[in-house]
Amino acid sequence: MTEGVAAPRPTTRLERFWHSTVGKKVVMAATGLIMVAFVIGHVAGNLLVFAGPERINAYSAFLHGTGELLWLVRLVLLAAVVLHIISAYQLTRIDMRARPIAYTTRDPQVSTLAARTIRWGGVLLLVFIVFHLLHMTTGTVHPDFVPGDVYSNVVVAFRVWPVTLFYVLAMAALGLHLYHGTWSAFRTLGLVRPSAEPLQRRGAAAVAILVAGAFAAVPLAVALGLLR
Amino acid sequence: MDVTLRVWRQRGPSDPGGIVEYPATGVSPDASFLEMLDLVNEGLMARGEPPIAFAHDCREGICGACSLMIDGIAHGPMAGAATCQVHMRSFSDGATITIEPWRAAAFPVLKDLIVDRSALDRIIAAGGFVTAATGGAQDANAVLVPKEAADRAMDAAACIGCGACVAACPNASASLFTAAKVSHLGLMPQGQPERSRRVIRMVAQMDAEGFGDCTLFGECQDACPKEISIDVIARMHRDHMRAVWFGGEERAETGPG
Repeated sequence: MTEGVAAPRPTTRLERFWHSTVGKKVVMAATGLIMVAFVIGHVAGNLLVFAGPERINAYSAFLHGTGELLWLVRLVLLAAVVLHIISAYQLTRIDMRARPIAYTTRDPQVSTLAARTIRWGGVLLLVFIVFHLLHMTTGTVHPDFVPGDVYSNVVVAFRVWPVTLFYVLAMAALGLHLYHGTWSAFRTLGLVRPSAEPLQRRGAAAVAILVAGAFAAVPLAVALGLLR
Repeated sequence: MDVTLRVWRQRGPSDPGGIVEYPATGVSPDASFLEMLDLVNEGLMARGEPPIAFAHDCREGICGACSLMIDGIAHGPMAGAATCQVHMRSFSDGATITIEPWRAAAFPVLKDLIVDRSALDRIIAAGGFVTAATGGAQDANAVLVPKEAADRAMDAAACIGCGACVAACPNASASLFTAAKVSHLGLMPQGQPERSRRVIRMVAQMDAEGFGDCTLFGECQDACPKEISIDVIARMHRDHMRAVWFGGEERAETGPG
């Protein structure tokens, strides 16, 4: 045995947790699942747009009427996003250092496109989220934003085809991110039983297709003239 | 059959190294992959050239010494087999075969295709053991082990420490190796007294060696010659969380050892 690298001995539980790759990964998984829960709730609300202007606008008014609760949810989500990004960034740095010399030939056997695009897909989603907040929440980059009139904001926004295209592409990235992320989050948190086929991810596939598909349905419906 | 080898040659740890091509002609399809390399080396030595250095020992898939990245697949194209169990009939006549060493910062290349895997030994030394009382041997079945725990411990204990999981992982993570060792002891009654500090120390050592994290690509399980399941990684994470937040023993301890 050659001379070793002594593992540091952190003193507190939090240090011991956060200074390990397992701890950072657990943070990624837990914050990821918070965001999965959010997007499921978000997309369910979005579908009210198909029930007409009154329903979706009333739903929006209801959410805005919850006051402190709305801000509590926003703060939890913001914290989740920040922790998710910090741990992703730090783990990516660790992973890049872990293989400084690449293989000349590499033939991945089972890794999915979703797994291989999880990092850059995440960066794309971050760009999308910033744009989306400026677009649909603050209205900063919206051509004709009317606070409270969600229906008209949506219909006006998606008559601009590059915006529709960007939203649909972002939802494809979201679908891929959910497909790998939802499945791996449960495994990372150890919330799985021993399985004869540990790579199967039917549940994550259902979440990915339903959430991304339902989100993309709104801009596509406007673009196709089904919502006007 | 005739094949062309593209082999990583590197004189020593500080040599930059590079790919060199060698023809391997008149190879029997029934030759093992390592026997084919032996023949190429005999030819090289007859010409006064240094042979290709590669690690091997038992040549029956149980020692974990052989360690080749063959055409970008750890241990080559055969599922559930180490490099030494791969035969030339798995390749087509006239094929070009690329052979590289395991690539990881924690596995420095010593020479050609041989890497230093003592990082794995240090992970074991950090906690991959049980402390047993000495004295008269007890009866074989004095400690009862539930059947399912025994089976799963045995599956995890099949790990031969070859490092294919690290080699195949896009992050060069040693999670499958470490988790197999954590699980094989942690599932047994004899492993309980040191269970918390074992997982904490082995994970800390794994990180200190410079291995990557687990993104659950799944490549490790596919590369493993013993087909160890990524289920052990979920178990290690669960064990680690419990040890960090609820384990009492490690908290009180301050000194080394």
